[in-house]
Amino acid sequence: MAHDTHEQVDAVTGVTTTGHSWDGISELNNPLPRWWLWSFYLTIIWSIGYWIVYPAWPLAASYTRGFFNWQSREAIVEDLDALKAQRAGMTAKLAQTSLEDVTKNPELFAFARAQGKAAFGDNCAPCHGAGGGGAKGYPNLNDDDWLWGGTLAQIEHTIRYGARSTNDKGHQGSMPAFGRDGMLKRPEISNVADYVRSLSGLPVEKGADLTAGAKVFADNCAACHGPKGQGNQELGAPNLTDKIWLFGADKAAIMEGLTNGRGGVMPTWHERLDDTTIKALTLYVHSLGGAR
Amino acid sequence: MADAPLASNLATPEPAGEDDAPLYVARKAIYPQAVKGQFRRIKWIVLAITLGIYYFLPFIRWDRGPNAPDQAILVDLANNRFYFFFIEIWPQEVYYITGLLILASLALFLMNAVAGRLWCGYLCPQTVWTDLFYSIERLIEGEKRDRIRREKEGRKLEIFSLRLLKHSIWLMIAWWTGGAWVLYFADAPTLVKELATFQAPMIAYIWIGILTFTTYTLAGFMREQVCTYMCPWPRIQAALTDEYALNVTYRYDRGEPRGSAKKNDALRKAGVPAGDCVDCGQCVAVCPTGVDIRKGLQLDCIQCGLCIDACDTVMAKIGRPTRLIAYDTDMNVQARIEGRPEVRRILRPRTVLYAGLIALVGAVMISALAFRNNADLSVLHDRNPMFVRLSDGSIRNAYTVRVGNKHLDDRRFALTVTGLNAPKIDIVGGEIDSQGRAVLTVKPDQTLEARVLVTASDNTLEPSTTLTFTLTDLSSGETAHASDHFKAP
Repeated sequence: MAHDTHEQVDAVTGVTTTGHSWDGISELNNPLPRWWLWSFYLTIIWSIGYWIVYPAWPLAASYTRGFFNWQSREAIVEDLDALKAQRAGMTAKLAQTSLEDVTKNPELFAFARAQGKAAFGDNCAPCHGAGGGGAKGYPNLNDDDWLWGGTLAQIEHTIRYGARSTNDKGHQGSMPAFGRDGMLKRPEISNVADYVRSLSGLPVEKGADLTAGAKVFADNCAACHGPKGQGNQELGAPNLTDKIWLFGADKAAIMEGLTNGRGGVMPTWHERLDDTTIKALTLYVHSLGGAR
Repeated sequence: MADAPLASNLATPEPAGEDDAPLYVARKAIYPQAVKGQFRRIKWIVLAITLGIYYFLPFIRWDRGPNAPDQAILVDLANNRFYFFFIEIWPQEVYYITGLLILASLALFLMNAVAGRLWCGYLCPQTVWTDLFYSIERLIEGEKRDRIRREKEGRKLEIFSLRLLKHSIWLMIAWWTGGAWVLYFADAPTLVKELATFQAPMIAYIWIGILTFTTYTLAGFMREQVCTYMCPWPRIQAALTDEYALNVTYRYDRGEPRGSAKKNDALRKAGVPAGDCVDCGQCVAVCPTGVDIRKGLQLDCIQCGLCIDACDTVMAKIGRPTRLIAYDTDMNVQARIEGRPEVRRILRPRTVLYAGLIALVGAVMISALAFRNNADLSVLHDRNPMFVRLSDGSIRNAYTVRVGNKHLDDRRFALTVTGLNAPKIDIVGGEIDSQGRAVLTVKPDQTLEARVLVTASDNTLEPSTTLTFTLTDLSSGETAHASDHFKAP
């Protein structure tokens, strides 16, 4: 690269060059297009206006706030308030309408389900899954098996106060640790596990003593699960005769439950969520399909 | 005849050194002269009809009953509907617009194959509005010579006031253009009232402003530059034309050698061949794009036919036959020179093809419209969970179903499902009739979303079974179908 400070004129165009030349190609000193230059000046002027109107310069402990005192946080709060105001009519209607009546009003029901779906995603999905599909130990809310009852009122109660939660009104009662606490011996646990599997028609292990298992069941389990193992929603004791197994249907899983007990926790939500949100959640969960 | 410029030569090349010539040519302002004649009349009529349609169409009413607007043509963006007389289009039916666009371009090709740039010369909005603006300019400021005289005599105040008047009228027309545009997007009489009382929504004023600006600049200032530099059609048109297509043609077989009327008369009397063109330049003077048609077919020529009128006037004055410039083909000009018979052929493969395609696309569109489904069904399988096992061991899948009612009154539909062994259908918040069908009521011109549950107790289920949902209008029996899958473990 050659650099020459003397003004040179390009022979072909008659334009002065900048003196910069690379491989014999020299740069013409053409002026910037006017429209471009003026747009550039205009953007500079515009930016000054921007400093005045909007927050711009950092100061030692603060920043210039601008004439409008505009803040992105406030803008979000305003947007949220506007949204709340927009929904206020429907929200109030939802608050005043009983759960049963909401299901008879298609417009309000759709509103509640939409609200409930959002609240479910925020609060319930971490355990119950995005669509309420559940996981091992976390009930599937789409099916028709309800530990604590699947009517609107029962679902609302469970959401509000939880199960085995910190709230006194929450559901209590859990599966004791029969093995760990020495109430049953290992062969008894094995026999009763086979017996429980037989209740819902599942195959049992060869040589399983179902008669012994039935006796253990009658002595220890029937109090909560019922004499036929059909469960008891008052105590959250699952129905053992159906096809739904919260912790798995294989013998090992059943024996683990018998040995160490079971007691999943559903938190109490009424301290965290307002009544309308709980109502919307109830209606959403109820609408998933399996409820009564 | 040897000097006659052949049409195939197009414009005569500039004599300057081709390599060093600048690529940029400054625009020469064009002040086309007024002209009278057959084509001018046609252009006035087309102008009146096209602008009339544009400005007054939104005011035409079309009764659709109480549940829909009564404007014949309405783009209802707020409700996602497009109304065109008896047709109402939903956003997902935008393919009707595609069909219309295909028809429009085929019509353009056919026009082009028959008689060149008919669209450019008579129908294009750019031509129509520029023509209108030119005539207003002439009405107020007079012909070019009047303007030059005023400049010379230094009548500054008069020049200024005439200009002011011209621009005000231009702006008014431009404003009306934008004003009419927004009327297609809202109830026209209401919007006119709101605009007059300054209560219309801001977006209406913004769009009127945008179209005022574009009309004012495109028709008032850009004018023929839009056709020459901005529009792709002249380029495409040139590739789609052939030697049989009629074009505004200078008949150089008759016109050349050009010369003064007197000289050529004398030559003719002496038995020497002489042309009819008296080189008066009227064809150039009236041209809205400033071309010389005698140089032959060229990109800038929009083929409006005004030079034909100008030349006919001159020919009539000097007592020579008219139509020295006419709708003709270069091929026939050559044929006449060489003494061969002229060939005129409208039925050619390309015209037949275009006409056939127009008929085909038209027929497809009409039948699509005639057999159009007025009930819409779409089904979306739940993503999570894919399926649910119920306590009795049966499997349930959940779907979000959307039912569209394109009628303008309430409709009741039954939803059934087939493809599984005895599937049971259920609907959240809906009713199930005595035949086990889900029943939905959809409001006029609306859609309804519902959560639908399908349960199968069959225990020989495949991991995925194809299901067909059938929607039946309970009164008319019209059906719509959608398919989805039933998932099982």
